[in-house]
Amino acid sequence: MEVTIATGRQRGVRLIGAAQRSAASAPSAASAPPQLALSLALPDGSSLVPVVRIGEYVRLGQVVAWSPDCEGTPLHASVSGQVSAIELRDAIGMSARMPAIVIDNDGRDERDPGLIPVADYTLRSAEELLARIEAGGIVGLGGAAFPTHLKLAPTPSTPVETLVINGVECEPGIQCDDMLMRYRAESMLFGAQVMLHIVGAGRCVIAIEADKPEAIAATRTAVKAAGDARLSVAIVPTYYPAGGERQLIEFLFGTQVPAGGLPRDVGVVCQNVGTAAAIATLIRTGEPLVSRLVTVTGLGVAFPRTLEVRLGTPLSHLIEECGGYTPDITRLIAGGMMMGVALPHDALAVAKTTHCVIAATAADLVPRGPAMPCIRCGDCAEACPSHLLPQELYRHAVEEDDAGLARFGITDCIECGCCDAVCPSQLPLVSVFGAARRQLQVNTVTTERRDLARQRFNAHTQRLAVEQAERQRRLKERRPAGRKDE
Amino acid sequence: MPPVVLLSGAAFVLALLGAWVMQRRSPGEQNDEQTLIDQVDALLPQTQCGQCTFTGCRPYATAMVRGEADINQCPPGGHATAARLARLLERPSKPVDPVFGDPLAPPLVAYILEELCIGCARCLPACPVDAILGAARFTHTVIAADCTGCKLCIAPCPVDCIEMRPVVHLAAPH
Ligand code: SF4
Ligand code: SF4
Ligand code: SF4
Ligand code: SF4
Ligand code: SF4
Repeated sequence: MEVTIATGRQRGVRLIGAAQRSAASAPSAASAPPQLALSLALPDGSSLVPVVRIGEYVRLGQVVAWSPDCEGTPLHASVSGQVSAIELRDAIGMSARMPAIVIDNDGRDERDPGLIPVADYTLRSAEELLARIEAGGIVGLGGAAFPTHLKLAPTPSTPVETLVINGVECEPGIQCDDMLMRYRAESMLFGAQVMLHIVGAGRCVIAIEADKPEAIAATRTAVKAAGDARLSVAIVPTYYPAGGERQLIEFLFGTQVPAGGLPRDVGVVCQNVGTAAAIATLIRTGEPLVSRLVTVTGLGVAFPRTLEVRLGTPLSHLIEECGGYTPDITRLIAGGMMMGVALPHDALAVAKTTHCVIAATAADLVPRGPAMPCIRCGDCAEACPSHLLPQELYRHAVEEDDAGLARFGITDCIECGCCDAVCPSQLPLVSVFGAARRQLQVNTVTTERRDLARQRFNAHTQRLAVEQAERQRRLKERRPAGRKDE
Repeated sequence: MPPVVLLSGAAFVLALLGAWVMQRRSPGEQNDEQTLIDQVDALLPQTQCGQCTFTGCRPYATAMVRGEADINQCPPGGHATAARLARLLERPSKPVDPVFGDPLAPPLVAYILEELCIGCARCLPACPVDAILGAARFTHTVIAADCTGCKLCIAPCPVDCIEMRPVVHLAAPH
């Protein structure tokens, strides 16, 4: 893989020769494993609450966990069978073990009778459809897993003019969006039309990367067939990270989403292609989000491919479906080559956020030389798609200077790794930023708690002092006159 | 009791304290010192557990600034806090001395087994952050969000009905 800084209008890096190994065939469905583990972890580190008991029989599409405070959308059984355990398990991308519901698959795929399709969505109100989408457990399938109903919910002050369907897979290796557009473009467009109806936007742009001719052709054909003048296709040059929401909007419309703001502030809502297709399935069949496309790639797996996988499928089962590991597998990664996280083992389960699994060999990994001091060349700032100064962030991160990090906009860092890829000194910029950002979050919470404890301690000490003084005064009053203190 | 009496009591104590401090230090010096104590105190975990041998985090901060205590006495803060203190106070960095307590102990929160609590209210004044809720002859309970896990309520309880449990916290996303 070779990296150069993209020049011209867009910031980012161009990735040359990134492995395209999993292409070829249409995505087929992976077999359902004998046992699944549905992780209740939410991206923010909290977790859903189970609503089923151990031993209970659950049907495909039945709600097994939900979020009482609406932080996340409900989770549904992805097979039918018996709940054999509810226990803590390792989860992808989580530093601690998280609760998971383990289901023994009975192989019958008995559907929950409560799953009803919507006959004509145009007759339904936006509120009703949003409630459906929430109940269907649909979240952004591009990786962030933000609840879709929240992103689509109306905000009167910022009307939505344009819906962007994001088909730009910027990270090398990931192919599920490409596959979806090639083989399920019609379904994706139907989902887009449902969303247009909900947000009341006048146009919908489907953004696809220039290096995906098959996806572009298939989507164009489907747009023609749909005969809907609101739909159009936009071709985006291949650079990294064009698929970032803000970066995509900046390219398409030339407007920057304000720092700390949302795409809505500039009249845009972005949704991933997979999310659109999931909405189509929900409306047409009533089936909630119980499976997703996952790309399995890397030189460490025999037959790389993109598969339709039930949520909760163990990665080991997924690798088996792709012919098993090759002998020189060195590392398992969830996510792409730029932003992925290395996994400790393969007993982890596919979650709503799992779009890609890379079984990497030494040849897949970019070799990294020893870190050298920063030479202040500025290449990192040149490459940063978020318009940050990575060299300054790095300095403050090393010094653990939270105020400095905040001043240089650490919260706007999308951890894309562009700075890291171009740095001639091989500084581990992105991993340092990731750690610093999480530490900053933790520190903010800790500081609040500490301030509270300090206040309470001061109040307590003062109160005790007052009580003590009062006791002494009374003692003195009661003491017969003339006696002296010892 | 009339509030006036209460107030005058407080004022008296504060005035005495103030006078004593003023006598010892010139005002400029005293300001600098207070700022530094604030900075040091901000680094301490505010568990108020007293493991450092002082009566709370601020007294320990004060002692450190005055050179009366070393920077490695706070187990809840762990080695990271010791390192930050060393940097701030420009002293040699060293790990927390295990004599004071286990710097790797996980965060805990107190829990009162309510069916055993006899409502004696002895745990109330022991809690440095007033995290225990109760009144004489009523079952007591700990407000988990306010509890710092200092364990100071354990010893006074005559029926041993307070136990320390691990904090159920949000896992940091990886
Ligand atoms: S600073 Fe963050 S957003 Fe900017 S290039 Fe580096 S990783 Fe990407
Ligand atoms: S690219 Fe690396 S060496 Fe150049 S300024 Fe950025 S951090 Fe420093
Ligand atoms: S040991 Fe640490 S947390 Fe406990 S009182 Fe002393 S400074 Fe505060
Ligand atoms: S409840 Fe107990 S452990 Fe918690 S802060 Fe109060 S005294 Fe300490
Ligand atoms: S000291 Fe123990 S028994 Fe007494 S009120 Fe507190 S918890 Fe209850």
